[in-house]
Amino acid sequence: MWFFTHVWIIPALMALSFLLILFFGKKMPKKGAEIGIVFVGAAFVLALLTAGNWIAWSDDNPEGYGPAAEGAALANVDPSCSSVAAEAAAAGEEAEHKEGKAGAGKAGENHSTKEGAVAATSAPIGESAAPLAKPAGAAEKGGYEEVATRPVVSCVNWFENGDQTISIGTLVDGQSVLLLVVVTLISLLVHVFSTDYVHGDRRYTHYFAFLSLFTASMLFFVLSENTLQMIVGWELVGVCSFALIGHWWEEKPNSDAALKAFLTNRVGDVGLLVGVIVLYFAAGKSFSIMDLNILANEGEISHTLLLIGSLCLITAVMSKSGQFILHTWLPDAMAGPTPVSALIHAATMVVAGVYMVARLYPVFFEGLSISGSSVNALSMIGAITALFGALLAFVQKDIKKVLAYSTVSQLGFMVTALGVGAWTAALFHLFTHAFFKACLFLGAGSLSHACHHSFNMVDDMGGLRKIMPKTFWTYLVATAALAGVFPLSGFWSKDEILAGTGSFPGTEGANGEYHVMLVMLLLAAFCTAAYMTRTIWYAFYGEYRGHGTPHESGPRITTPLIILASLGAVAGIVNLPAAFDFLPEGAQTRFEHYVEPVGLYFPAISHAGFNPLLAVLSVAVGLSGIGLAYLYFFKNAFAGLHGLAERNKAAAFFKNILVNKYYFDWLYTTVIVGFVKGPLARAANWFSANVIDGTVNLVGKTAVGSGNWVYKNVDQKVVDGAVNGTGSSASGFGAMLRLTQTGRIQQYAALFFAAVAILAGVFVVVIG
Amino acid sequence: MMNFLNNWGLILTIFLPLAGALVMMAIPKQSEGAIKLVALGAPLAAGVMGILLMLNFDYGDSENLQFMVNKNWIELINSNFILGLDGLSLPLLALTLFIVPLVVIYSWQHVPNPGNPKAFFTLMLVLETAMIGSFLAQDLILFFVFFEVTLLPMYFLIGVWGGEQRRYASIKFFLYTLFGSAFMIVAFVALYFLAKAPSGPALEQLRALGGNYADMQAGDQLRSFGMQALTYSGAAGIAKTTAIVIFGGMFLGFGIKVPMFPFHTWLPDAHTQAPTQGSVILAAVLLKLGTYGFIRIAIPILPVAARAWAPIIGILAVIGIIYGALGCLAQTDMKRLIAFSSVSHMGYTMLGISTLTAFGLNAAVFGMVAHGLITGLLFFIAGSVKERYHTLDIKRLGGLLVSAPKMGWILGIATMASLGLPGLAGFWGEFPAILAAYDPAEGLNVALFRTLMVLAAVGTVLAAGYLLWLYQRTAFGTPSEEFANDSNITDMNKFEWIAWSPILAGIVILGFFPGLIFNVAGPAVEVIARSVGG
Repeated sequence: MWFFTHVWIIPALMALSFLLILFFGKKMPKKGAEIGIVFVGAAFVLALLTAGNWIAWSDDNPEGYGPAAEGAALANVDPSCSSVAAEAAAAGEEAEHKEGKAGAGKAGENHSTKEGAVAATSAPIGESAAPLAKPAGAAEKGGYEEVATRPVVSCVNWFENGDQTISIGTLVDGQSVLLLVVVTLISLLVHVFSTDYVHGDRRYTHYFAFLSLFTASMLFFVLSENTLQMIVGWELVGVCSFALIGHWWEEKPNSDAALKAFLTNRVGDVGLLVGVIVLYFAAGKSFSIMDLNILANEGEISHTLLLIGSLCLITAVMSKSGQFILHTWLPDAMAGPTPVSALIHAATMVVAGVYMVARLYPVFFEGLSISGSSVNALSMIGAITALFGALLAFVQKDIKKVLAYSTVSQLGFMVTALGVGAWTAALFHLFTHAFFKACLFLGAGSLSHACHHSFNMVDDMGGLRKIMPKTFWTYLVATAALAGVFPLSGFWSKDEILAGTGSFPGTEGANGEYHVMLVMLLLAAFCTAAYMTRTIWYAFYGEYRGHGTPHESGPRITTPLIILASLGAVAGIVNLPAAFDFLPEGAQTRFEHYVEPVGLYFPAISHAGFNPLLAVLSVAVGLSGIGLAYLYFFKNAFAGLHGLAERNKAAAFFKNILVNKYYFDWLYTTVIVGFVKGPLARAANWFSANVIDGTVNLVGKTAVGSGNWVYKNVDQKVVDGAVNGTGSSASGFGAMLRLTQTGRIQQYAALFFAAVAILAGVFVVVIG
Repeated sequence: MMNFLNNWGLILTIFLPLAGALVMMAIPKQSEGAIKLVALGAPLAAGVMGILLMLNFDYGDSENLQFMVNKNWIELINSNFILGLDGLSLPLLALTLFIVPLVVIYSWQHVPNPGNPKAFFTLMLVLETAMIGSFLAQDLILFFVFFEVTLLPMYFLIGVWGGEQRRYASIKFFLYTLFGSAFMIVAFVALYFLAKAPSGPALEQLRALGGNYADMQAGDQLRSFGMQALTYSGAAGIAKTTAIVIFGGMFLGFGIKVPMFPFHTWLPDAHTQAPTQGSVILAAVLLKLGTYGFIRIAIPILPVAARAWAPIIGILAVIGIIYGALGCLAQTDMKRLIAFSSVSHMGYTMLGISTLTAFGLNAAVFGMVAHGLITGLLFFIAGSVKERYHTLDIKRLGGLLVSAPKMGWILGIATMASLGLPGLAGFWGEFPAILAAYDPAEGLNVALFRTLMVLAAVGTVLAAGYLLWLYQRTAFGTPSEEFANDSNITDMNKFEWIAWSPILAGIVILGFFPGLIFNVAGPAVEVIARSVGG
């Protein structure tokens, strides 16, 4: 429990690391890198301990909560950060007061379960004994899923607004703990990798400072207890990526890329802001994630509001997680240092969108009516992204851009999974993808480190297989995992997503029947396998085409690669299908058991069963992609296709579309931004300068003119003449007055007070 | 101690700077050291008073005026010298007391051409007295006097120490504001003649004020300029259409000051031509007199009219947000761009106000302080850039992060704060205002305000656009040949550090602890929101 209530220490550590590096980094022997590594290491250890505790906490089920047990979801929620929890607590006290003897049906059920568990093990009820007691009780109820999750929410008062208290805190459950581990692990490896990779960089210390801040922001986001806090974390992640993408800001393309990333995300953020606001009011003026999820889940919020809210949030996901049509910033973000790309693409930033959908899943599940449907906005966007992103990867020369589009495509898989109701599959894919994609990015970094900092695999690489064996083998394993080769991790997670579409004949237990998605995902999987094979060919086979003599990278680069490749290979075992009953008990669906929430704050999603035929099909699709690409590139087969774009107009046309990235960049940068920055802005400025100011000046001139007229005709002739007849001296004085600014001021002041007196008089007479 | 503060706290806070100005008169022009000492000493002394007040302020009772002073003043029109401090005034008082000494420190070596520190600082001290007085005055005539007194020092600061077109800019600034003031004073006078004593519980509150009010009956002529009395009256006895017209007068007076679209055109000129110090004070404090006037005077005194005006204010606010942002995109001068951004940012504040809800008003108060700090800092930086590069033409700048890395960093943070990045102060003025527009006060057109909400949210994209493009063109890249080896371009000096780091700290601290303002202003604005039914 201590770990759950004090989990804020983990992001706080990274924030402290940022400050320390910023202020003292340059004075340290390793220029601040050591501070970052020590802190992120500590954060990783804490994250692992938290994960261990979470597993124990999940297994320890003293009350024997079933899924229907209302108390489970709220028992460890601080009432001050959730109005639903506060109400439940108040109701509970009242019930206690009334001395509920038999209790409601649910309570009785729990009670009996507990007794059964106790009887089965004949152990006293207690924290230590409960884990032993659990299997018996759970078995009675027919599986682990039946045990309700007990999230731990803690918070403090952030600020008050009138009678409302807005809190800040942490929400610990399987989902956030998973991300804690993934983020800190990838960040740690990226830190280590970077000490070699950006060695001697012009802003080495700043680089590490921002890595720390980036990690801190992501952890802050992941642990968010309310949606307002999520916005804060979300934006901080964005600004860190801005700083890191634009790390080498002396060159304009880099700062352009940074700006593009930030501005595109801002477009999506409009959706985030509006969505959060809509949901805030929908949940009865509460930002609390628990409140929102429970109310959405219970049907307390109107479907329309949930639909609007979820569509708004999808816009945010489109920009953050690089979904069509706001994906355009992501490939450009490759302008940043490669380890940053690994961090952005594997563990932070882009997964934030996926994470948010998963976090607020009841909103989407109910709002988009995911269950029993065959199409919805989320799954459609995901599937389009998965396929069309993969296609773009084929025409890239830059190895990092291939990987960038690959990320776009794989995020599409995750988003589709969420859209079809395969929540666990999405998170599982996020988990496995983090390893092999980080490995691929860092591998690309290692390649470029050897090849004079070029990422152009077509012109500057080739034949590196023998020169850089460690990089090659790790890259190969990660590629195979990404392509979904059995039994590597990517196979398991991708297969779960495909099964989750519920479209394949014979698949049972899915939430709907998403046929289009299955077809598009299979095509995307085929493309994935093929373009990755192309990359392997260009980078590692053939003759070396670059300059100088490449060499294998040092241990600080290769060690992270080996760790990541190993994890990418074996991570699949954490969620083996439940159908594998030949395995010892408790070996299947561990990931689902510990990560997927069960209870009030999570919709009752069903899980697609493992389908051997589909698994075979997906492997076959992957292998055929690899095989065809192998024949095409390695064996020079399909001679007719080589150079087709040069000969065939239709082929050239399609290639052109791909090379121009479907013209989205042109549309955004040239058409939209160009119009706003150019004609529209100029028109606004012209309106100010001419229409408004023209009116103002006209009024001013008229006033001065009439003032002069009054002065000449009334003041000079009538008043002055009548009073003392010193017209000439007064007019001389008056001319001076007119010339000096102060004179005008006095004139106006006199006019002003005269006007006030007259107007006030009129007012009182007319209205009073 | 409390006794002393209750009697003298507010008076000293207001008039210590003025006393400094008087002392300054006696110092010969040549002894610059003594002049600067007084120039810094007086605002600091006022600041110490302010700190004492804030330490002794009862935060549990922040909806009520504290440390009140009530003296007879102009008995003929029953206008009294009433001062008071509540949760609404306190953040703005703090802002003023915070900014002015920093401006003086910044001026230590930067007294702009044509020099003459004595006159320069004297004006600044007079200005401070007027600004503090405006935030503390609880009588309309007293408020009006302070409000108008702010004009002259600023007029001279722009007109004498300004840029090339200082005459045009200063005159425009003066006349524009005066034009609005004329309508405002008419509105005040009309209130004096028309407002009557209310009935019901409000009458009890009014009677509790004592004095003339002690035995008033419902329907009696109020004949008062006292803000409290008028607020309790809540425009009782004034027909709705009349109230709407009176509100219109105040709208012009305050709206021009904010400035709201389409009365904003004095602002870019005034800001661009003003010396750095003038721009900072103008942006940080003077603009807030307008928004403060809406919250303190116009809305609580004329609640029914406020509801009628709210949609118009909301629409103009959002036009200001979008329009101001587009204006920024068209600018080629750094300072003018920052000036235009005020139009956009004050739009969020006005949007918050127009919702007439506690959340919206609270966001507006936060927005005022945040904008004061952030835009103040941006103007400081623009001034220092101008001093080094002798130009603010964005096209010619570039590579500030190379030439003056620390200044470039601070510009970066200020930019991020200005575009409303969470974790920095700007966000808390912006997001809650947008949020409040989803659910405006009872009786306001929900569909309209939700449309405004979406448009205001779109405005955040434009804000990020113009600010980041500004940052890209000024700070990123490498310095152009023109400035590459210019020995004049140095990183921050000691005075800049002293003047800017407190602002920077304020921006970050408020970003993470928004409760520092929300919790203080909340109860006060809630009372106002309740009075208009929000």
